[in-house]
This record gives sequence, structure tokens and C-alpha cells, in this order.
Amino acid sequence: MTRRPLSGRLRAWHLVAGTALLAVLAAGSLFVGVSDLTPAGLLAGRPEEVRTLVESRLPRLLAILLAGTAMSVAGLVMMHLTGNRFVSPSTAGTTESATFGVLVATLFAGGEAVIVKMVTAVAFALLGTFFFMAILRRLTFRDMILVPLAGIMFGGVVGAATTFVAYRADLLQSLGAWTAGDFSGVLRGRYELLWIAGAVTVLGYLYADRFTVAGLGRGFAVNLGVRYDRVVNTGLVLAAAITAVVVVTVGEVPFVSLIVPNLVTLALGDNLRHALPATALTGALFVLLCDIAGRIIRFPYEIPVSTVLGVVGAAAFLALLLGGGKRMGLR
Amino acid sequence: MTAPVLTEAALAATRRGQGRRLAVLALLAVAVVAGFVLIGLTGNWEYALGVRFRKIATMTVVGVAVACSSVLFQTVTGNRILTPGIMGFDQLFVLVQTLIVFLFGALALSTADPRLLFAGQVTVMVIFAGGLYRWLFGRRGRDLYVLVLAGVVFGTLFGSLSSLAARLINPNDFVVLQDSLFASFNQVDPDLLALSALLVAGMAAWTVRLTGRLDVVALGRDHALNLGVHHASVVNQALVIVAVLVSVSTALVGPITFLGLLVANLARQLTGTFRHRTVLTAAALLSVIVLAGGQLVLERLLAMNTALSVIINFVGGAYFIALLIRESRR
Repeated sequence: MTRRPLSGRLRAWHLVAGTALLAVLAAGSLFVGVSDLTPAGLLAGRPEEVRTLVESRLPRLLAILLAGTAMSVAGLVMMHLTGNRFVSPSTAGTTESATFGVLVATLFAGGEAVIVKMVTAVAFALLGTFFFMAILRRLTFRDMILVPLAGIMFGGVVGAATTFVAYRADLLQSLGAWTAGDFSGVLRGRYELLWIAGAVTVLGYLYADRFTVAGLGRGFAVNLGVRYDRVVNTGLVLAAAITAVVVVTVGEVPFVSLIVPNLVTLALGDNLRHALPATALTGALFVLLCDIAGRIIRFPYEIPVSTVLGVVGAAAFLALLLGGGKRMGLR
Repeated sequence: MTAPVLTEAALAATRRGQGRRLAVLALLAVAVVAGFVLIGLTGNWEYALGVRFRKIATMTVVGVAVACSSVLFQTVTGNRILTPGIMGFDQLFVLVQTLIVFLFGALALSTADPRLLFAGQVTVMVIFAGGLYRWLFGRRGRDLYVLVLAGVVFGTLFGSLSSLAARLINPNDFVVLQDSLFASFNQVDPDLLALSALLVAGMAAWTVRLTGRLDVVALGRDHALNLGVHHASVVNQALVIVAVLVSVSTALVGPITFLGLLVANLARQLTGTFRHRTVLTAAALLSVIVLAGGQLVLERLLAMNTALSVIINFVGGAYFIALLIRESRR
């Protein structure tokens, strides 16, 4: 699935401009919220405002940036490894499997140890993703669309299993609370796990060239001296780990991993080392914008970011699917 | 698909075989229904019978509606892995319902005559769904899987829009809305049930009148036109029927995404024919067997209440993946 860039190369000023825009929005987002927080108050050093900033607004901002960056990079990596631009954690059952893992951990280990939840979620996400890859191998006719369709249905099956178990265990309501991605509960001490996702994302950057080569196909990769299976497995583990960490800390953030990498590679082409920083930046921007929108639309109430992302993301995906199909080289 | 050339006698024999299978299905359906009504009947049995009769009536109405709409939809779109549920039809109904509350407030939902309201919803749904899916299917050269994926994503979009609208509704209105959306087999308004039964019966009669032309439409657009059948008109009528049936079943019990896929395909496999009269009957019977039988097992044997749609989604989703794999090997 090689894609030639539309608008030439990524230039340094693109990244600089993007970063500047992100910085402005990020700073602005700190002052959007119910409790009073103004630049003037901060400068005057009012203790309650400083506390709001440190305990709530800054952690929230960091969580948004980390989750947006990590999810979009996870999507980009999976897209490369499967050679299909519609495969991402949300269309391969990875997210649903991670959620299942969280449920299982809660059932058997109680709600206490976050680390237990996370490890279980990662394990389940991995299991789910590899199972999906096994289904993929059975699809002899690998249509660009057929693969994500199978993935979405697989996710649906895992989701139904999760609902059933939760229903039997009387956890349906808590399940609803975990799965809806929402940054409003993020406080200091409640988001730090996301730094792991950030670290894994950096690891993805170090591996970028190998992923690019693996994306060219097994034969090609082996000829170039890349250990294909090992690279693919590493990539899937990275993507599954990122997804699981995000699900455990903030819940499901739909469509980010699907839309952002597609938009970026549409503009920049397929070289992962080029596309990756831009993807990370765009992912952070995208989630930040949606979160700010969710905070503003019905002030002082909040609309969870997963709802906003669901609307914006689904609409964008449909536009890609029905409108941009030809340009994306679908047929 | 190549149809073997049959002699008159062989044809008659196949027909008899199909008739026998339908009879077996009918017997099974009667047995399941009787089992559901009678097994474990204790205590105040007069009251219990009333409750059970209403449940079984609901399941029959929903079952027939789902079966009929799925078979019609598959014929019109010329494909066996599409059903209204997968294409987001029932999410669309939920969205319409939510938007009504959003625009007019819960007062409209609770004070208006439920039958009038229902008729209004169905009308909006028919117009909207008809327009949307005609637009989708009208685009020539669309690859089938693009359509299915688009349908799935439309479903997600409608779902997200509903929950967004639900968030914007004031909390009191939201409670009313939630009640109206999460009706299960256990609590169905008798008035609405009667109206739904009437609507489904009407649509079924309409479908029966269409069956001959549907058999021809199933051959594809060009063949149908060559054989003198007004393809577009039949497709339009079928889409209206589908929209009404989906509205009815979703309004009664909420979305059951995969039931239609399951029964429509099983019916084709069991009867081994494409004649709509046979397939529709078989699908409707199967639908009742799955719903009533499933509910029977869950309620009486496992002492659970409302998880049937979850189980149907699990089995149906797995079946869908299997279908995809098989179709992709052709």
C-alpha cells in the first residue's frame, strides 16, 4: 500500500507551525472549565487557582496529549504492518479485547491494583489482536474493505462477550463508565500510567524504518534482511500495549487511531519516519480539539470526548470511505 | 451459481421436500411457543399466562418483522451478508426517537397519543432511511464491501449522534427517553403491541403480493428489466416495507443487530431455494424459534432475563465472520 505524497515533503516549518498551534490550544485549554482559573489569577499566585492548575487542568492536558499521540501512532503502526489503511486498534478488536481484559481483572483481582488491570488488559489486547491476525490469514481474498469489516465484527463479538460477562457479574454499569473515553475524571495521580504509552510511542519511532520495510510485504522485507515475523510481532505488541494503557486510564477513544494516520499519510506519503512525528502531533491536536469542544458545547456540563470523537470521527471516516476513495487508491 | 436443469417431476419432488421442511419448522415453532407458555407455570397461573401470552405475541411480531425485513433487504441489495441491522437501520430509529425528544421535549413523548407518535416516527424513518439507502445503493460501481462498511459506520455515527443529543437533553427528559428506548420483551405497551401487530400483518400482506416480482428482482436488475418487471418500483416498495418493519421491531424491543442475518441465511440453507414465499415463511418460523426458544432456555433453565440480544449478537457476529471468510474464498 504505497502512497505517494500529495503535497511534497514534510518541511521543518510544518512541524514548527503545528507545534505552535498545539501549544496555543493547549495553553487555552487550561482555562476552560467550571472552577475559576484565569491567567491573571495565576500571575497573582492565588493558591486555589494554582492548585486547580496543578491537580486537575495540567494532568488533564497531559493525558489528552499522551492519549492522542499514542493512539494515533498505534494506528499508524498497525496500518503499516497489516498493509491495510483501514486496520487500527478500533477496527481489529484490540480495543474491545483490552476492555474485556479490564473486566476480567476486575472480576478476579478486585478493583484495587491498577497494575494488575493493566497487565491483564495488555495480555488480552495482544491475544485479541493475534486472533484477528489469524482470521486475517484465513481470508484468502484480502479486500481493502473486507479486512476492517471482519475486524469490526470480531470486535463486536468480543464486545458481546464482555457485555454478557459484565451482565452476569452485575458490572454492566461500571463497564459503561470505563468504556466511555472521558478526560473529566483525570486528576493528578490518575493518569501517570499514560507515560508508559508515551514511552512505547517513542520506541515505535526507533523501530520506524523496520516497520516501513515490513509494510512492503514479507518477501520484500526478508530480501532486505529484515526479520519479518519479529518486526510484525513487535509492532503488534506495541500497538496492543498502547491501546490497553489508554483503555485502562481513560477508556476507549474511538476513531483517533483510524482517522489521524490516514489523513497524515494522505498528505505526506508512507515513509513512517516522516509520517510518525506529524501523526503524533495531529493526533494530539485532534483529541485536544474534540475535548475542548466537549467542554464548551454544553457548559457547565461536559460531553465525554468519546461521544464527540464518535460523531466527528465517524463522519470523517465516511467522507474518506465514500468521497476520498478514488484519491486514496482504493480501487 | 448454476442451477441444475430439473424435470417437472424432480421439481415437484423438491417442492414436496421444501414443504416437508416448512412443516417441520412450523411444528418446532408451535412446540417452542407451547413450551414457553406452559413450562414452569406455577402460582397465580392466570396472571402468569397473561404475561407470557403478551411476551410470546411480542416475540412473534418482532420475529416476523426481523425475518421479513432481512430477506427483503438481502434480495433488494443482491447480497447475503447485508441486513438492515448491520446497515445501521435500527440505530437510525433510535436517533429519530432521540431527536424528537431533543426538539420537542419529553412532554411530547409522554403526552402525545403513543400510536400517533409511533406513526410519525415511522414516517420520518421511512423518508430518511429510504433517501439515505437509495443514495447509497444508487451509486453505480460501488464495491459491495464499501457499502457494508459504510453501513456499519453509519450505524456508529447514528449511535454517537443519539448519545450526543441525549447528553444535551435535560436529565428529566432523558429518563423518559431511556424508558422508551430500552423496552425489552418484558414490558411492552399493549396498545403499541396491537398497533405493531397490525402494521406487521399489513406489511406481510404487501410482501406476499410482491413475492412473485421479488423472485424476479433477485435475478438482478438487468434480468428483471428483460423479464418486464419494473425493478426500481419493486425496490422502492421493498425499502418502504423494510423501513416500517425495522421501526416496528426496534420500537418494540430495541436493536437486535444480528438476528436477521442469522435467520435469513439459515432459511436459505434449510430450504435450498430462492423462492420468496418459501424463504420468507422459513425465516419467520426460524425467527420465532430462535427468540422464543432462546428466551425459554434463558428464563427457565438459566434463570436470566434480558441477555438474549447479547447472545444473539455474539452468535450472529461469529456467524458473520464465518460468512465473510467463506465468501472471500469464492
